[in-house]
Amino acid sequence: MKLIIATIKPFKLEEVREALTTAGVRGMMVTEIKGFGSQSGHTEIYRGAEYAVNFVPKIKLEVVVSASMADEVVATIVNTAQTGKIGDGKVFVLDVTQAVRVRTGETNEDAL
Amino acid sequence: MQKPLKLLAATAGLIALPTLGLAQEADTTPVNADIGFIFTTFMFLVTGFLVFFMAAGFAMLEAGLVRSKNVTMQLTKNMALFSLASLFYYILGYNLMYPGDAWSIDGILGAFSITSLEPVGLEGAEPDLTYASVGSDFFFQLMFCAATASIVSGALAERIKLWPFLAFVIVLTAVIYPIQASWKWGGGFLDAMGFQDFAGSTVVHSVGGWAALMGAIILGPRIGKYKDGRTVPMPGSNLALATLGTFILWMGWFGFNGGSQLYMDTAGNVSDISRIFANTNTAAAAGGVTALILTQLLYKKPDLTMILNGSLAGLVSITAEPLTPTLISSTLIGAVGGMIVVFAVPFLDKLKIDDVVGAVPVHLFAGIWGTIAVVFTNDAASLGTQLYSIVVVGVFVSVSSAVVWYILKLTTGIRVSEEDEINGLDMSELGMEAYPEFSKG
Repeated sequence: MKLIIATIKPFKLEEVREALTTAGVRGMMVTEIKGFGSQSGHTEIYRGAEYAVNFVPKIKLEVVVSASMADEVVATIVNTAQTGKIGDGKVFVLDVTQAVRVRTGETNEDAL
Repeated sequence: MQKPLKLLAATAGLIALPTLGLAQEADTTPVNADIGFIFTTFMFLVTGFLVFFMAAGFAMLEAGLVRSKNVTMQLTKNMALFSLASLFYYILGYNLMYPGDAWSIDGILGAFSITSLEPVGLEGAEPDLTYASVGSDFFFQLMFCAATASIVSGALAERIKLWPFLAFVIVLTAVIYPIQASWKWGGGFLDAMGFQDFAGSTVVHSVGGWAALMGAIILGPRIGKYKDGRTVPMPGSNLALATLGTFILWMGWFGFNGGSQLYMDTAGNVSDISRIFANTNTAAAAGGVTALILTQLLYKKPDLTMILNGSLAGLVSITAEPLTPTLISSTLIGAVGGMIVVFAVPFLDKLKIDDVVGAVPVHLFAGIWGTIAVVFTNDAASLGTQLYSIVVVGVFVSVSSAVVWYILKLTTGIRVSEEDEINGLDMSELGMEAYPEFSKG
């Protein structure tokens, strides 16, 4: 099993969710986050005083899938979330050692 | 209850029995000589409640421009200051400002007495039929006094203690404002010199501005506002409220300037009031447009808070003379006001004077400009007298305000503790928040 963590632009969330469910993903976790990467921050002016916006709003997706699906899920996220402009986000893939469905006690791939 | 019943009976009689000639009924047709009195009184009441509504405008503007942790406190101060002004203006202010023939020092210091109204139904009274009722005049003038105090609260927001601020409001509305206002509007020495200030660019707005400026200097900037020579913006909590507040002030200004015509008893006066409405609106529009264009040019993006300040500065600028300018002159006068704001806001920040809502640029700087601008359209004004009056009022209000602020600072203290300021005045001084749903706890 793999945990796929992706940061994407907030307005892309709905598109990515649709593409992933079409690809067979049956659950995901979504968090509103702020952060910076190579997009870094930008400056704005309020009442004549410049100020830096150091953290940019992003959406963090967490998806756990079977190892065989992982590459397809990563490709789907990358293809859907891409705008080609700086700040599109990143995808990380981690190994998952155990999963349990709370309602039934099913474990690992059965629990996904 | 008696009056409406009598009226009802008279009306019913007129409708039902028009031909019977009810000689026994009292004739309710106004006496010719009363008509001017009636219209002028009515005008004061209508324009008076327009100016009253400016209190709501100030409250919303300030609530929108402070951070959410200080909104309840800002609203509390606005409610309290208006109410205190209402009480102290009748207890002391009104007769100090309008002593009639009862000056304590001729042309300089008015009368020390409590305000009294005409008797009910004018029973036994001989009102001045060429003017308006005392009640309507008092009501109208009171609103100007309260507006002066409202100007101060915005500049000192987010760090001043509630009670010392209210103590200052009492001195301002009971003593400082009425004394300097008597010099012009009470027929004092500035009026005798020919000083022109139609609705109070100096008498109201600059006075509020000077008091606010002295307070802001003595109080010091908010924690973290100026760091390593840079200005740190502290964006307001709700620009929708700030915009609503500005439109309410704009509307109230029609009463502020229009009512200052002081008479609505002739076709000429009514026409003048209309002229004032149109000029006032034009100046506000020009101030807003100027700030819109200037912020776009200077900062690459328009700044709404500056546009709001710009339209208010346009209004302040036209207030000293809203009658004589043409629409084109009003446009220019208002536009310069808008320009003053865009440059004065960062200028005050350079001096490390923290004025949260831009009260000093809007009310003081644009007020001075408006007072000078009178000479362009009104032949009765002389530049020398206008400048002299600006300086006299400025020195009197600055010195007296500074003395009061210092006394308060040395006795009760005027600033909340560092921890209270960081936590926000809403929780530390009041224990309640304006937006509890959004709190982190």
